[in-house]
Amino acid sequence: MSAAPGVEMRGLAKTYRTGDREIRAVRGIDVSIRPSETVALLGPNGAGKSTTIDMVLGLARPDAGTVSVLGGDPSVAIAAGRIGVMLQTGWLLRDLSVRELVAMMAALYPSPLDVDEVLGLTGLGELAGQRTQKLSGGQAQRVRFAIALVGDPDLLVLDEPTVGMDVESRHAFWTTMREFAARGRTVLFATHYLDEADDFADRAVLMARGSIVADGPPTEIKAMVGSRTIRATLPGVALSELELLPGVARAESRGESVVLACSDSDEAIRALLARFPAARDIEIAGAGLEEAFLQLTGSDADEERAA
Amino acid sequence: MSGRAYIRYELLRTVRNRRYFVLALGFPLVLYFLIAGPNRDQTDLGGSGLSAPLYYMVGLAAFGAMNAMLSIGGRIATERTAGWNRQLRVTPLSPREYFRAKFLTAYMTVLAALALLYLAGAVLGVRLSANEWLSMTGLILVGLIPFGALAILLGHLLTADAIGPAMGGLVAVLAVLGGTWFPITSGVLYDIGRALPSYWLVQASHVALGGGGWGRTGWLVVAGWSVVLGVLAARAYRRDTARV
Repeated sequence: MSAAPGVEMRGLAKTYRTGDREIRAVRGIDVSIRPSETVALLGPNGAGKSTTIDMVLGLARPDAGTVSVLGGDPSVAIAAGRIGVMLQTGWLLRDLSVRELVAMMAALYPSPLDVDEVLGLTGLGELAGQRTQKLSGGQAQRVRFAIALVGDPDLLVLDEPTVGMDVESRHAFWTTMREFAARGRTVLFATHYLDEADDFADRAVLMARGSIVADGPPTEIKAMVGSRTIRATLPGVALSELELLPGVARAESRGESVVLACSDSDEAIRALLARFPAARDIEIAGAGLEEAFLQLTGSDADEERAA
Repeated sequence: MSGRAYIRYELLRTVRNRRYFVLALGFPLVLYFLIAGPNRDQTDLGGSGLSAPLYYMVGLAAFGAMNAMLSIGGRIATERTAGWNRQLRVTPLSPREYFRAKFLTAYMTVLAALALLYLAGAVLGVRLSANEWLSMTGLILVGLIPFGALAILLGHLLTADAIGPAMGGLVAVLAVLGGTWFPITSGVLYDIGRALPSYWLVQASHVALGGGGWGRTGWLVVAGWSVVLGVLAARAYRRDTARV
């Protein structure tokens, strides 16, 4: 099955209407995911990631364009039990133990994995007898993960899977994910953490305001948006001069201080100190994704908040 | 694929939700003892020849069964609000299996409520033939189909916050027009009532009072509402995939 299709999105678009406002959540995107590829859908809140995932799963109907999942309509792949899904937050069904809930979901699939094996895999062994309504946010998230895995799907779709998890759970989560993907499964996950895309995905698709801004290996994306900023108090220096420094992409003034958006912050800081020894209160920070997107797209993302 | 295991867990969690289960079962029971208890020795209610314990047991059977059936709407609305409905949509669970699970859960609650009520009736001296018990119960169960569809429909249309008051009002109206509390025997309300499934549910329970059951009109009304509400419920379920 080496030629088995993965996920194909062509010209996919979705607009939501709330009252008299229109929110163009997804504006005609093309994404092609090969089988056994792990792809991160990366973007800040409101970029259109969840809407895209809803369309891939058939939970939202596209206004334009087509989605093909595992060679056909999403509903066909879902009915065949070939997709495992972890949707964004929400509660679990209550009044069942963790084990019972996972077993209940396993019963819906044609060839599920062993429930206890999945509980072990997701670190839920000790919580198996616990009622679902008594779990912490991170624990509930792990149960959701177990539910996504238990059907032994060919395609795993995860919407912000690590939200609410502590560092340890997050680490364990990605370790399990890696094992699972290594079995040749296709994985599509949405995240707004650049590092998660970088550490885990073969490829990152960068979304901003409903469009795809970049699509490539995570390292490339990281180079694009993972730039650092240098902030320093430096009165009386022209911004144009600062922009000429090596490694500096753009300079802005904020009162007495300047903010340098860097393509190479190491080079930039050396040059800055060599040229302007008076610079003080220096801070170097990794730009958040949101900030990076603002730089990339050059405008405010607030108008499109369709998470 | 085993829809059966899925249904088993659905039933298990219904029984475990004590507040829901106890209310659905206990409410008609408490009402019954409050109303029929003090009048237990009255053997000729309003010159009808019926004993008070029998008359009220039968009335509450229709009302309690309707209440228990409609209560699945509230559970559905809660599950939707929790995002569980969307989770189910991305599993191979078919709408048919989903509906079956919901109906079976509701019927289990209904049967438990009826059994308790019958037991309470027997304690207060109600005696019926096996045939009367069975035909009353059978007809009530059939008469509940439109209510199950209605509950699923509302569960998928309304949020958890809105469904409580909506159901409360609806139950009151359906119960009054159906003649649950007092018989309506003529006029516009009578005509309206006869077109409603609650009227025929009450008629179903009145089999135990020597009533004639449904006849052609009754079957047609119940079947009509079942089909119409069933189609609407299926449509509401299919459409209901958005984040709540």
